[in-house]
Amino acid sequence: MLRILDYIKKNQSPFFRIGLLLTLVITCAVLISLFYMPYSPTAMDRASRSLGISLRHPMGTDNFGRDIFCRVLYGTRVTLLIALGTVAIGTTAGILIGALCGYFGGLLDEIVMRINDALFAFPSILLALVFVSLMGTGNLQLVLSLGIAFIPSFSRIVRGEFLRARSMDYVLNARLQGASHLRIMFVHILPNIRGVLLSSVMIGFNNAVLAEAGLSFLGIGTQPPFDSLGQMLSDARINIMSEPRYMLGPGIVLILLVLGFSLLGEGLRTKT
Amino acid sequence: MVITLIVVSVCVFVAFSLIPGDPATRKLGTEATAEQVAALRAQMGLDAPLHVRYLTWITSFVKGDFGISYQTGDAVRSLLAKRIPVTFFLALIAFCMTVVIAIPVGILTAKYENSWPDRIVTVLNQIIMSVPPFFSGILLSTLFGLILRWFTPGAYVSYDTSFRAFLGYMLLPAFCVALPKAAMTIKLLRSSMIEEAGRDYTRTAYSRGNTIDGVMYGHILKNAMIPVVTFLGMALADLLAGSIVIEQLFSIPGISRTLITSISNRDYPVVMAVIMGIAATIVTVNLIVDLVYRAIDPRVSL
Repeated sequence: MLRILDYIKKNQSPFFRIGLLLTLVITCAVLISLFYMPYSPTAMDRASRSLGISLRHPMGTDNFGRDIFCRVLYGTRVTLLIALGTVAIGTTAGILIGALCGYFGGLLDEIVMRINDALFAFPSILLALVFVSLMGTGNLQLVLSLGIAFIPSFSRIVRGEFLRARSMDYVLNARLQGASHLRIMFVHILPNIRGVLLSSVMIGFNNAVLAEAGLSFLGIGTQPPFDSLGQMLSDARINIMSEPRYMLGPGIVLILLVLGFSLLGEGLRTKT
Repeated sequence: MVITLIVVSVCVFVAFSLIPGDPATRKLGTEATAEQVAALRAQMGLDAPLHVRYLTWITSFVKGDFGISYQTGDAVRSLLAKRIPVTFFLALIAFCMTVVIAIPVGILTAKYENSWPDRIVTVLNQIIMSVPPFFSGILLSTLFGLILRWFTPGAYVSYDTSFRAFLGYMLLPAFCVALPKAAMTIKLLRSSMIEEAGRDYTRTAYSRGNTIDGVMYGHILKNAMIPVVTFLGMALADLLAGSIVIEQLFSIPGISRTLITSISNRDYPVVMAVIMGIAATIVTVNLIVDLVYRAIDPRVSL
């Protein structure tokens, strides 16, 4: 913990600072909303339909009388969860595949990487689309599809790092000391490539948020009542002329969220 | 290259064969008798083992017969033939826009590093990259379509009716697709040029009495373009992905919209044909990128 604080103090890059600030503010707001939410994001109220911006409703209410600010908080939570799930699946599988292929090489590497290259050629939103078409729509399927779609890019990066680390002195040294392959892979090499991993996780996170928003727009994103920010945006599209306000809240938060993470990733990369 | 395509085709075929749900049953409805279903399965060739079906599918695919749509009963080939040019032009215009915007801006920001315009561009870049493409599409179409009235959303003109009107309609969608790509290209070109500017050969070039512009365009740019070309090659595949959302948003009847409708209709022959088509395009583009590479970087062929 202290080391993290120390790192933040040392890293003077303005990108990093702004990114950290944005991410912290959004994460804190979402965390607080877990315990305290002034209005229910789903309760409809006829009396307070389409209210303007006021102290009681910081972003106004929508045409069903739902408080937009609370809906945005809730949507951010859903978006973050989906992105986290996606990145978790993508990194876990990516690290396993990449580590095995990069460390052992040989025929296994050749075969798996062929398939991987073929998948990598596809843009991730397209891959996710194909997986959704295979598995059907639903929140779990969405996370799974996005997660699988992100495996190729992660495993490619991890494989490259393991391939490079394989012949390094510290690995040879561990080998001479009689460490097992598994131990070398996950105790020796993995911590050494964490910098690369961290920045690709950040990029993956952003891509997941953007891909999810795209899929929501296409109508195969999150299913109600779990409305993500992307879902809110595409719902608000119908009222863009009469009530542009519906779109502004979720839109700005989504942009800030992605911006925060990409700046953070950028800052981490330039520093290390 | 061919191996990649074979791998993709096997993956696609196996995946779509494993989906629960029998196309013959779906076609006949739930009330069909078992004999009817069996007869139709035999007619559609579904009773053969998997590898036999794959071989039949892939040989007819290579010959140009992409199968028959479950939904409309038309040949997939004629269904797609009208849509391919639409997506092709969308991607082409978007690609040209990316290059035309990104390369001059990238060079200028690198040349005037840390000046005010450079900083503004850097900040704008970060913001543009964070906006989901459909959101910028909605904003731009509202701005140009409903406020400025330069553009009529939804008034798509087919390219065989009037090619000029078609191109006119495509400009804004293409711009929406190109915008995030251009931002990334600018960023990459800028950092790549700044890196090259710090190399020894740049100093040598200056010390031999070359002008700043001469070094900039004759030496630095040539080397800085290498990663950018790779990126642009990959971006072409991404432009296809970007077009999925944008075609939907601007109701352009292109390949990607067909893909979405076929996915929701579970019209698998069409989905498979589109995926294979995209895979083939991407593989071809990668090959072209490799060739361009060879032309601009003599080290590759060594």
